[in-house]
Amino acid sequence: MSATDPHHVPHQALHRTIEAVWRIESARVIAGLTRLTHDVGLAEDLAQEALLAALETWPQSGVPDNPGAWLMTAAKRRAIDSLRRGSMLVQKHEEIARELEWQQERLGDALEHSLDQVIDDDVLRLIFTACHPVLAMEGRIALTLRLIGGLTTAEIARAFLVPEKTLGQRVSRAKKTLSEAHVPFETPSGDELRSRVESVLMVVYLIFNEGYTATSGDEWMRAALSEEALRLGRMLAQLLPGESEVHALVALMELQASRSTARRGKNGEAILLMDQDRSLWDHAQIQRGMTALEHAQRLGGGAKPYALQAAIAACHMRARIAEETDWDRIVLLYDALLQINPSPIVALNRAVAVGMAQGPASGLDALDALDAAATLAGDSALAGYHLFPSVRGDLLMKLGRLSEAREEIQRAIAMTKNLREQELLANRLKQLEKAASV
Amino acid sequence: MRFMAIIKANPETEKEGFHPDPQMLQDMGKFNEELMKAGVVLAMDGLHPSSKGARVKFSGNSRIVVDGPFTETKELIAGFWILKVKSLEEAIEWVKRAPSGGPDDYEIEIRQIGEMEDFASILTEEEIQYKKAKRAELPNQTFNN
Repeated sequence: MSATDPHHVPHQALHRTIEAVWRIESARVIAGLTRLTHDVGLAEDLAQEALLAALETWPQSGVPDNPGAWLMTAAKRRAIDSLRRGSMLVQKHEEIARELEWQQERLGDALEHSLDQVIDDDVLRLIFTACHPVLAMEGRIALTLRLIGGLTTAEIARAFLVPEKTLGQRVSRAKKTLSEAHVPFETPSGDELRSRVESVLMVVYLIFNEGYTATSGDEWMRAALSEEALRLGRMLAQLLPGESEVHALVALMELQASRSTARRGKNGEAILLMDQDRSLWDHAQIQRGMTALEHAQRLGGGAKPYALQAAIAACHMRARIAEETDWDRIVLLYDALLQINPSPIVALNRAVAVGMAQGPASGLDALDALDAAATLAGDSALAGYHLFPSVRGDLLMKLGRLSEAREEIQRAIAMTKNLREQELLANRLKQLEKAASV
Repeated sequence: MRFMAIIKANPETEKEGFHPDPQMLQDMGKFNEELMKAGVVLAMDGLHPSSKGARVKFSGNSRIVVDGPFTETKELIAGFWILKVKSLEEAIEWVKRAPSGGPDDYEIEIRQIGEMEDFASILTEEEIQYKKAKRAELPNQTFNN
């Protein structure tokens, strides 16, 4: 088809329109169908079939006024047919089919218009189902993007740099696991809700990070992953308005994402926080992040993990220039974070902050104390982590212990596999050589 | 991609002391909530009639202030949303879901918002400096507590 073909553009535009409708409506349609069929896999198949029907019909008939209701009705008709026709014509299916048919006859499209609240609950249930701990993390991520993000298997596969077939298997395995484990389609309550919210937030944050930190692969799709995670976060904040950590995660993601333009140089090289041109930060996005953080704090969640991380990010955003950063406050926030969420990475970051707040000698002390404690505990998590020698090298350099610094940075270069980070470290080594020769 | 969906004014929205019809207000609230629940809206607001506004006309070095209201109603703005979506088509699909505004006709215009990335390859050093200077004037103090 050539570009001058009169049908070329409208066809593509229509395709994008259907894609947009799917993105807007799919989570609700799949969620509604899951409520009726109690089976995520079946619900998604039915919704997909409805989408195919739309792709066949809409080019002739035009996009209907209420495309979501259209998709839902089409999916329900197929549900009734397939459940009736199915080889497993057990009583259960017969019951569901009857119920669906009854609804269809009695209520028709009115059902979708009158049950807004139910639909919202459905979407939330769907999120909890997709992020169920019975699934491996990669299954949770794939399923969330597919069922709630409305991304195709091909898009998700591209974003995670895995073959489409692998991703497809991952998705179908996850759906099978859910069905075999008889995971109920429900929003948990009480303590269960707390731990499940944690799992949901972790999935969203992992999706965000996958888009944010990767420097290889198809850049566009990676950026889209971060945006998708942000959208999911904002969506969750609306669905769970009383959960402080949901708002805190949104705050954290907004604040991190606000720096994305400043994080890369002209040639795609990484630019570290302290060296970034702060005028390139997205101030509207910072504002949204700050508002979300305040909201989390108002809800009484200021001392929880995402809120503390967002508060640390906020400290950086408040500094007009790098030199104005309130490192004392950042050290305190890291202390609090370490208390509830002890991890070697957090401890390492704390040591960096100490180095900035109290000088490189204190930073080095904190770092070596950390190293000693890890060795004592037999914890090797830091041993293979290139940022450890990289930070140590940096502190030694500031202390003028140049030959030791050189050794550490060389060690870090050997440990990292990321090309951009190697470049960054190699640059530092060059600076070091220059300093040594003066 | 970010888009600005601009609600154009009509004679009704331009009336002195204009308040939207309660039903319309309710429908609009419901629509806005839907946008928020989908996580696609970044900002939104409605504007007062142009009678409460002013225009500053530029001609060489002179500045002439003209008080509202302004006559060419269809060219005026009554409100806006900033949407973050994947495509123009998605923005259109959302805007199509907005409630109708009662008896008067109105129009919503959709425009893509420029991103820094759009300019990365074409900006001169001078232009970058200018942008930086402008950006530095942004009201940081609002979150500088």
